Amino acid sequence: MSATALFGQLLLGLINGSFYAMLSLGLAIIFGLLAIVNAAQGAFYMLGAFIAWMLFQYLGIGYWASFVLAPLAVAIIGMILERTLIRRVYNLDHLYGLLLTLGLFQIIQGMFVHWYGTSGQPYDYPDILTGGHNLGFMFLPTYRAWVVVASLIFCFGTWYAIEKTRLGAYLRAATENPTLVRAFGINVPMLVTLAFGGGVALAGLAGVLAAPIYQVNPLMGGNILTTVFAVVVVGGFGSILGAIVTGLALGVLEGFSKVFYPEASNMVIFAVMIVVLMIKPAGLFGRER
Amino acid sequence: MALEIGELSASAAKTRGIDWLGLAVGIAILVVAPFLIYPVFLIKLLCMALFACAFNLMIGGGGLLSFGHAAFFGGGAYIAAETAKNFGFPFEFALLAGVASATFLGFLFGVIAIRRQGLFFAMITLALAQAVYFLALRLPFTHSEDGIQAVPRGWLFGVVDLKDNFAMYYVTAAIFLAGYLLVARVWKSPFGQVLRAIKDNQPRMISLGYPVDRYKLMNFVLSAALSGLAGSLKAMGLGLATLTDVDFTTSIAVVLMVLLGGMGTLLGPVVGAIISVSMDDYLAGIGIPVPVVIGVIFVVIILVFRRGIVGEVVHYWRKWQARKPATRA
Repeated sequence: MSATALFGQLLLGLINGSFYAMLSLGLAIIFGLLAIVNAAQGAFYMLGAFIAWMLFQYLGIGYWASFVLAPLAVAIIGMILERTLIRRVYNLDHLYGLLLTLGLFQIIQGMFVHWYGTSGQPYDYPDILTGGHNLGFMFLPTYRAWVVVASLIFCFGTWYAIEKTRLGAYLRAATENPTLVRAFGINVPMLVTLAFGGGVALAGLAGVLAAPIYQVNPLMGGNILTTVFAVVVVGGFGSILGAIVTGLALGVLEGFSKVFYPEASNMVIFAVMIVVLMIKPAGLFGRER
Repeated sequence: MALEIGELSASAAKTRGIDWLGLAVGIAILVVAPFLIYPVFLIKLLCMALFACAFNLMIGGGGLLSFGHAAFFGGGAYIAAETAKNFGFPFEFALLAGVASATFLGFLFGVIAIRRQGLFFAMITLALAQAVYFLALRLPFTHSEDGIQAVPRGWLFGVVDLKDNFAMYYVTAAIFLAGYLLVARVWKSPFGQVLRAIKDNQPRMISLGYPVDRYKLMNFVLSAALSGLAGSLKAMGLGLATLTDVDFTTSIAVVLMVLLGGMGTLLGPVVGAIISVSMDDYLAGIGIPVPVVIGVIFVVIILVFRRGIVGEVVHYWRKWQARKPATRA
């Protein structure tokens, strides 16, 4: 076993882990305010990557502009869907929200598979992030380092925004008791829409970051969704930091198993999920509801 | 507000015995159908209908929504196909092997997933089914993308040659009918009553001393076993077991059938399966992407008619009946 291969896989695990963290963080925010599990989260991840690819392909807009525009576009699409469709199931059983977003997932993914097939489109690295550095024990591609740094910044930025700012305080208050917060004159429905937009924008951002590493493929959302669900079950929906830590840790664990026992790498997260359910059914950071 | 399920089942539980007229009409349709429609298509349809009934048993009985039922359907299909093709099992033993494996899998899933309810139950079953999917992708006997093909149907009890499509169809129809009646019977049994009560008010049932988790687990295992039967039957009837059978899309397909027909109604899953399988067949021919249509149907059902087709019909029939002045006075 060469150290280079080991660290290479660990880095890839860390990258996957940061995608898991961003997607499950978005799920946790949406779940907190809307009490639904957004099954379309994977589709928004795919949309982020695809919008970046389309911006370049059809309009010649490069990576850095897409880095802002694609998550923004995803957020707007998400907020429109929330206002027009998802809003209608808030008073129903939570499972209807899951089924509705699952339907939306099928529509979005189905359309892209229909238009672009399942083969995947290449998306180039931005110029200044090509190449890499030899650290002695491993070769560090610049873009991969950027992905890890950028996702960590956004994850902890989100944590800071929710835990330390005024808007975050409104958000947390509305999670606890929306009626009371509304009585204080805060526009809770608007807050809910914004939270949904923010939650899916995180997925869209992960999609843009992923586009140069993996090919832009319509099926990328479905593949990551089941894993992210398992991550959420392991972490529970209790805390923002919990979602981040669980996502990163499980990604790294997956990377490790790719080195030592590649056949099991797809299974390891599900195995962890089973063990956690046996010991602590509410999840590592979850509260029993 | 809870899921809108079990409307018909509650009333069905009150009327004791069997609806003989309905049963006679159903049998007549099953007997005549292969003379009008291609039997192999009907075999597929009945297998999916049985699968939907099995799924419905769980959501209608326990109020638990599983996103991983493809694991039982596909697991049963793989084992039945493998034992029939490579172990030389006769038809009925291959089916039994498929059902046994799905039952075992259902027990494993149940023990793990029953610890959570609602949304988390759905996510856990989805994740577990994905693990089974990866197993099916990796294990040598499933032949990954190719699946197990050219599975011999064999002979029923060594007497009836199932190579004949009509013979295979009637065997499938008989098994489907048995499965359907079993679901109806379970529903009307005291066991079914307890399940409904758990769905309505779990804390009360716990305080009354019912082992709630054990009831749910039994229901889940029963549902898994029936799903495995449907999968095994499909593998034998169509002669193949593939990755599609254990795929997420199959888990979604069965949710759609039950949702479309009406959760918790006895006939709903059958109606949903007929529409959904025919629709797949039709859409595949004209090139409209099936997932998009499925997604749109999901959205429309949830926003417009959550009771499903049969559920809505029953609901409006009841309303209409209630509005009529009582004539017996």
